[in-house]
Amino acid sequence: MIFIRAFIVGGILCALAQVVLDSTKVNPAVIMVSAACTGAILSGLGLYGTLVSYAGAGAAVPLFGFGHTLVQGMMEDVAREGWFGLFTGGFRASSAALTGAVVFGYLMAVLFNPKG
Amino acid sequence: MPRANTREKEAYRKLSIKASPPRPILRNAVVAFLVGGAICLVGQIILSWISSTGIGRVQALSRTQTIMVFLGAFFTGLGLYDRLGAFAGMGAAIPITGFANSIVSPAMEFKREGFILGVSARMFQVAGPVIVYSFVASLAVSSAVLILAR
Repeated sequence: MIFIRAFIVGGILCALAQVVLDSTKVNPAVIMVSAACTGAILSGLGLYGTLVSYAGAGAAVPLFGFGHTLVQGMMEDVAREGWFGLFTGGFRASSAALTGAVVFGYLMAVLFNPKG
Repeated sequence: MPRANTREKEAYRKLSIKASPPRPILRNAVVAFLVGGAICLVGQIILSWISSTGIGRVQALSRTQTIMVFLGAFFTGLGLYDRLGAFAGMGAAIPITGFANSIVSPAMEFKREGFILGVSARMFQVAGPVIVYSFVASLAVSSAVLILAR
């Protein structure tokens, strides 16, 4: 059942990040950066694509999936138009998430005020 | 100011480690698992719903990510996501909703410094590094794969 797999894989990825945070005392931002980079490396090894087809959103929603999206986009564009795809594929593949982050992020920050 | 001697510093460090409460690693990991898993489950429900319209796999995934970013930004605006983050740590920060939270939270906080140098500059306090490093890492990984595949 895809829903259970998404829950378990997504949960494990978050729990792993939490254990690394607790045992190294680094800033949470460092963990978020490392997660995205780890996703890129696993994607290059061909492992993360398998995880996404196994767990769906459980692998695509965590930040690890962001690195995977970039590598996947770059490889697709390289296959289509040669090495210059390295410079076009990343933003193409992540354009929806990034545009959403910029526009919704700005909108919400303007509309709402911090609580407490 | 006289410099504390290193032996005293070392003794103090050991004492402070002994005195501070043990960090509840297991409790934190379980909470991160449950909350992170639940957020991914919400993502999967959205993904399955979008996929049922017969759209392509890659498009469905990127639409799901965009909707999750919206939800993360919205609940941060309501003041709820930061509370979830305080409770669940990485369980709230690692899903892409946490990425949106890391954008909205400082942007709201620095609104008093204006819309250019306050809101729009602070939006990328954490998201900026994530974007920079994931692009650099992805370009390196993709180049390596290309070279090795030759």
